[in-house]
Parts: sequence; structure tokens; C-alpha cells
Amino acid sequence: MKDELKKRLVKGPDGVEFEVDPLRDYYCDARPQVEPPAVSKIVEDFFNWARAESLWILGFATGCGAIEMRPLMTPRFDAYRFGVQWRPTPRQSNLFIISGYLSTKTLKRVIRSYEQMQSPKYVMGLGSCTINGGMYWDSYNTIKRLDDYLPVDVYVAGCMPRPESLLAGFEELKRIIREGKGEGANKYAAEFDRYKANQKQVIHDWDMPDYNW
Amino acid sequence: MRELYEQLKRLFPLGEYTEQRRDLAFVTVPKDHLRPLLIHLRDRERFSHLVLLTAVDWLEEGHFQLTYLMNDRAGKRDLGLRVLIPRDGAAMEGIHDLWPTAATYQRELREMFGIDFPGSPRVNEEFILEGWTGMPPYRRDFDTKKFSEENFNHRPGRATTDPATHMKEKLYPDEA
Repeated sequence: MKDELKKRLVKGPDGVEFEVDPLRDYYCDARPQVEPPAVSKIVEDFFNWARAESLWILGFATGCGAIEMRPLMTPRFDAYRFGVQWRPTPRQSNLFIISGYLSTKTLKRVIRSYEQMQSPKYVMGLGSCTINGGMYWDSYNTIKRLDDYLPVDVYVAGCMPRPESLLAGFEELKRIIREGKGEGANKYAAEFDRYKANQKQVIHDWDMPDYNW
Repeated sequence: MRELYEQLKRLFPLGEYTEQRRDLAFVTVPKDHLRPLLIHLRDRERFSHLVLLTAVDWLEEGHFQLTYLMNDRAGKRDLGLRVLIPRDGAAMEGIHDLWPTAATYQRELREMFGIDFPGSPRVNEEFILEGWTGMPPYRRDFDTKKFSEENFNHRPGRATTDPATHMKEKLYPDEA
């Protein structure tokens, strides 16, 4: 475990010494909860329509697919006209695009970022690497099935997918959300133990709380 | 490059010489003579820049080949020094005091090939891999496919065909 994560005594500005356990004190490690839908269907449908029309992407690129984001952001493909925009922090975003191969080392950061995103949140797997490993199918440090570790709403196949396929993927995701099937966050909460077991199977130096919200 | 080699050969017991291009050559050096040769190249022959330090695993011959690539900026030429070290208990003297950047390469080689560089700064700390306990993954007897199959879940339905026979059947069904 890293030094900064170990329990230690800290002296406060008022001179009082107290013990700090970073894993417990700096994070909320309460398990995620399944959030029930709104009472009335028409309200839930309205919520889903609103959610579908504002997909805010976390600017976190795991692999080579990140290169497709630049033409998407800029005037040629201009994803902003679909209500899609990129945000610098997990707190402001609700769509996580896993753009390409995901090494176990990156997976750890991805999990932490995903768990910090506000619910409802969606995951899009980009490229064949997230589907079945792609060209990294026999690599020693790259996972082969993204949906074992995170709840994936939609996959975009290709190596690499063109920006047009990503736009089609956004449209598909919007359809899924409008139909009320974009329940990734709830699925993650419901099957929390299975996801954690899978994650811990590949991340050998697990030095964070189980759920760091 | 040939003149440089002849010149160096009078001073050091050099091995095989390979000229790749007019401005790039490789020389095999005995382990103990590497350090004096590096200092000579750096201070007398203007090879002031260490481009890279990397390793090759010659599994069948039972040794690692370390390659120190030196660059002569003014003369626009590169010289690679090959050092063979035994694979069992692989260890090598560090050159981090000659070029501080070498410490990073040495850390990488320690982690990926398991070659020890005693005394190199932070050499035993994790470099890229996190929580790796098995055999260093760049060693050729490390079976990366087997490791991947044992550790990472596999999505069924993926099939492979030999490209040569597959395309032959597709394009020329009569001949197949």
C-alpha cells in the first residue's frame, strides 16, 4: 500500500493530534443504491427524454480511440449540435466513453472515475478492444471484456470507429435512454458484488475503498 | 564508422561489428569493458548522448543482450554497444552516474526483463506494472497468451482462420 494511504497521526492547526485513515476518512465507501424510477411513468419518460438530450462526456481517454474525439468536438462533425459535450470532471458528466484498449492499470482509474460520476450514468465501449480484446486479445495487461467490469450500455464496433459511427452510437444510446433501458448505474448497484469480484480479480494492488464516491 | 571501430579496437577488446547504415553501427563489447568504452566515447569521441538502453532476450543462447545506443550529435552518427550477459541471475553494472536518464531505463529493464542493476536509484520500485508478482513479462519464456487466458475473461464467439487458406478458399474455390 502507498504511504499516503496508510493510517497516520496528523497535527491540526489547533495543536490537537488525531489519527487519519485515508481509506475511510477521505472517501465515502457506502455501497451504491439502486434508485427507483419516478412514481409516474410520464414523469420518468420526461426525465429520460431530458437525459437523452444532454449527454455530457467525461474527458477521459483510455486508448487510441481518443483521437476520434477531436474531429467530433470540432466543426467538421460537431457533436455539440446533438447535445453532446465534453466535461473535465466526473462530477459533471454522465457518459463515460471507454475509448479503446483498457489496461488493468487504467481500469483502476476508470473505476474510480466511473464511481465518482453522478447517477444516472452511461458507459459506451468504443472499438473492438472493449468488446473482445481486439488486437490485444493475448496481451498480459489488457482486459478483454469491458462488460465484466462496468455496465456497458452501448458498444461501437470498429478499429478504430470513425466519428460517424460514434455519432450513430450517440443516437443509439439516446434511443436506449428514451426507452428507459439506460439503467447502467442501477445495474452496477444491483450486481455490485459481481463487478467488484471481477475487478479485484485483475487489479492486484487494490489500494482503494470498494466504492469511492 | 569503420575507422572509428578500427580506432576503438586498438584500445578495447571489441567483438563483432555490424554496420547498418553509413551513420549507424553496432559493436559487441565484453561486459567489463563497457564502462571505460562509454566514458571514452563520451569524452573523446563526442558521443555525448545516450539515446536508449534496451534489452533483447536470446532465450535459446541463454543470455540477454543489452543495447546502449549512443549518438554523436555533431557528427550525425549513432553507435550501438551490445553487451551479452548471462540469463541466469541477470545483473549489470548501472551507468546512471554517467547519464542520469539511464536510471529510468534500468528501472524498466528490472521490471520487464528482471535484469538487476544494483545501486541504481529506485530500481526496485514499480515502474509501469502495478502489483505484478509473476515472471517479468518481456522474458520470452513468459507465455503472454496463456497468462491472458488464465487471467482475463474471454468473450466466446471469436474465431480465427489462417489468412492464406481462408483467402484462397474465398477467392479461388476451384483450386482449394
